[in-house]
Amino acid sequence: MSIRSTVISLLQQIAEEGKKKLPPLTDGLVLLDSGLDSLAIAVLVARLEETLGLDPFTDSDDISYPVTLGDFISLYEKAAKSREHDSGHAG
Amino acid sequence: MNTIRDTLGNASDCLGRFLWGANASVALSDLLRGTSLGGRLRELAGRSVLLATQDHLTAALALIELDGIARRLVVCPPDLSSEHLPAVIAKAGVDAIVSDRDPHDQGLGVPLRVFCSLDITPGGGVPVDRHATDWVLLTSGTTGAPKLILHTFAGLTAPIKSGQHQGADVVWGTFYDIRRYGGLQIFLRAVLGRGSMVLSSADELPGDYLLRLGAHGVTHISGTPSHWRRALMSPCASTIAPRYVRLSGEIADQAILNSLRAVYPQAGIGHAYASTEAGVGFEVNDGLEGFPASMLALRGDVDMKVEDGSLRLRSARTALRYLGEENSALTDDEGFVDTGDIVELRRDRYYFLGRRTGVINVGGLKVYPEEVEAVINRHPAVRMSAVRSRRNPIMGALVVAEVVLKAEPFADLTREILQLCHESLAPHKIPTTIRVVPALDVAAAGKLTRHHA
Repeated sequence: MSIRSTVISLLQQIAEEGKKKLPPLTDGLVLLDSGLDSLAIAVLVARLEETLGLDPFTDSDDISYPVTLGDFISLYEKAAKSREHDSGHAG
Repeated sequence: MNTIRDTLGNASDCLGRFLWGANASVALSDLLRGTSLGGRLRELAGRSVLLATQDHLTAALALIELDGIARRLVVCPPDLSSEHLPAVIAKAGVDAIVSDRDPHDQGLGVPLRVFCSLDITPGGGVPVDRHATDWVLLTSGTTGAPKLILHTFAGLTAPIKSGQHQGADVVWGTFYDIRRYGGLQIFLRAVLGRGSMVLSSADELPGDYLLRLGAHGVTHISGTPSHWRRALMSPCASTIAPRYVRLSGEIADQAILNSLRAVYPQAGIGHAYASTEAGVGFEVNDGLEGFPASMLALRGDVDMKVEDGSLRLRSARTALRYLGEENSALTDDEGFVDTGDIVELRRDRYYFLGRRTGVINVGGLKVYPEEVEAVINRHPAVRMSAVRSRRNPIMGALVVAEVVLKAEPFADLTREILQLCHESLAPHKIPTTIRVVPALDVAAAGKLTRHHA
C-alpha cells in the first residue's frame, strides 16, 4: 500500500472511531478543518509510526508543521524517500 | 493589600483597555464604573465563592470584581464535571455560587447564588468590606476527582515582574483557559499591567481564535507546546505577528522552539516551567530545550534542587496547601515542592524526561493511569491492566494500555474495552492502543511498576 493510501485509510479509521464525518479528502484540505482535532491527528501520527515505522516529526528538530493533507502526506513521502536513501547507503 | 481593582485604578485610568471574548467584549473602564453581578457584590463580601461560569469572558469579569471582596475564590475550570461539585463545595467551605447558568443545582445546599453576566449594569464602586482573598485552583487527581490547591493572591502574582511586558500597547492572548494556573498567570499579567487581552473560547476552531488575535493586534501570547503545534498547523498562523511567544505546561522540545523561531522571527520566545502546586519556577529564553544547570546555583526568587532525579522548587509563588486533604503535604520539611518531573543532566543542561508517578501529560492535561486502569478493569475479561505514556510529537504524549486477560482473547475485545473508555473518560484519557500481554511487571510491594516516559 502506498504512503498516501495508508495515511488516508488510517485517517478514515480514526474518524470512524470518533464518530466524525470527514469532508472529501483532497490535497488542499486543511487538516484542522477536516473535523479531526489535534488529539486525532496525534493518534494518526502514532499509528503511522506503527504501520510505516516513520515519524518525520521526531526525526528532525527542523520541520514545518503541515497545514494541509497534501503537506502531511508529502512529509511522510519525503521521510520514506530519505530512509530508502539511507538504507541504500548502508546496504 | 493590593487587589486587582486597586491596581486597575479609576475608570479613567483604564480607557482603551479591553477584554475581548469570542462573542462580546468589555471595556475595563465600563466594568470599573459598573458591575457584572447585578449590583450584588456586597452580598458576596467575606464569603467563600465558587465561580462556575460557562463563558470565559464572564469568568474574567467576576474574577476582577470578586478579588479583595470574597474571603475565598474557588475557580472552577470549564470542564469540571457536576458530579464533583458537592465534594469541592464541602472541602472549600463554599457558601455562595457565582454562575452564568440557570440554577439546576439546587440540591447543593449553598445558601447564596448570584448571577453573573456580560451585561454591565451601573452600580459599581459601592464601598464593600475588603478581605485578602484566598484563591483556590483545581487540578485533576488520581481518581478523576479534582484536588483543591490554595494560593494567596500575593503568591499568584509573585512571578509577575513590574515593568516587564506591561506597556500600554501590550495585547495578551493565551490558548489556555484563564481558570487554569497557566491561563490565570496570563490574565493577571494582562489586568495588572496596562494592556488588553483576547480570551479564547472552548467551542472556537484554532484558526478562528488566531484570526481574532490577529484582528486585535496580539503582541504577547502563551500556550502549551501542543497548543502551538496546533496553531502552526493552521493556515491562519501567519495572521499574528507577536513580539513575545511563551510556552508552558508541557515539555517544550527543540522542534517546536525552532518552528516558532522560523514562523515568528521577530518574537522573543520563552518557555516557562510552572505547575499549579509549585507556581512559576523559571523561564528559559535562550531558544533551547531544557534549562541551564547553572540555574540551580542561582539564589533569587526561586530555589531549585534535584533530588532522587526529580526537580524541586521553593519560592513565595508556591501554593499554601491542599484543601480538604490535610494529611497530604505539599512541600517537604524545607519548603520544597517535589514537582515529580524527572530531569537528566547532559553536559551543562538539564532535560525533562517525564513524570515519576506515571502521570501522563497529554497536551497539557494530566492523565492518572490509575483512573484509566480502573475503567479498563471493569471489563469482565480483564484480569489487570497497565496504562502508560507514549511519546507523541503532536500532543507531547498519548495514553496506551496493556491488558492481561482472564481467558483467551476474542474478536471484539479491544472494541468493547474502548467502548467502556469512551463512555466514562474524557477523549484525551482514552488509550490509543490496547495491547494484550501475558503478564505485567509488579513490584515487591504488589504495585504495578510505573516507569517515566
